[in-house]
Amino acid sequence: MKRLIVIGAAAVLPLIAAGCGEKATVTVYKQGQYQGKPDNQPWDSEQFKGDKVAWEKAIKARNLGQNEYVRAAPAAN
Amino acid sequence: MARMKFLADAERCIECNGCVTACKNENEVPWGVNRRRVVTLNDGLPGEKSISVACMHCSDAPCMAVCPVDCFYKTTEGVVLHDKDICIGCGYCFYACPFGAPQFPQDGAFGLRGKMDKCTFCAGGPEPDFSAAEFRKYGRNRLAEGKLPACAEQCATKALLGGDADVIADIYRDRVLKRGKGSEVWGWGTAYGRPEKKPAAQPGAKS
Repeated sequence: MKRLIVIGAAAVLPLIAAGCGEKATVTVYKQGQYQGKPDNQPWDSEQFKGDKVAWEKAIKARNLGQNEYVRAAPAAN
Repeated sequence: MARMKFLADAERCIECNGCVTACKNENEVPWGVNRRRVVTLNDGLPGEKSISVACMHCSDAPCMAVCPVDCFYKTTEGVVLHDKDICIGCGYCFYACPFGAPQFPQDGAFGLRGKMDKCTFCAGGPEPDFSAAEFRKYGRNRLAEGKLPACAEQCATKALLGGDADVIADIYRDRVLKRGKGSEVWGWGTAYGRPEKKPAAQPGAKS
């Protein structure tokens, strides 16, 4: 009888232990890490072909264009 | 490197909705989605004030913090963008945003909530520049054309300024000194009052 219990326990033990080897089936998101596709830089476009200085120059001109005090000619007194 | 920001001048805004129309036209935004809108306080009363509101591309963007699938990223110019292929349309970002910027198109017969849509600072998204996919998902990429957002550039009264933070802040300072009033910038402290969060590292992105 005792031998039968030992054999039974030996047979069941691997089945119980098999549960420990279960792998997670849900996607693990790394908190704070962007998960999407990479984006390229604006100056890498066809227009600027990687010329960062030219892009910054174009953006700066547009930026300053918003200042109408500079854009408009000073009033003649 | 430029740090892109929006600045809404309530003293100058005349509630023409030109910025809203320009945004809709430039990005062909679907019906029911408003990336930009004009909010008027004390409408119809003397001294009413209007402000143009959209995603402010916050320094420490709360939408990025709450997104359960981390679909947001920040470009080196400080523009907060997201990957629509990852977005699950949960709406957490809408609750977190102090400006109500995230928009959700109503798709299908049962009004299912689609993937989040918001202002991109006219910088497109994580698709090849000027591609059909980029335009369809995110709108036009004016930044890659060396231009600033259409809403700010077309503003007739220059109430809405958009661009490099240092430059637009200088323009505004000069303006306030000349007119002698209206130094309060609506939403500026909320959006940019906290320290800048560094752009998330993007695997495979060129620096």
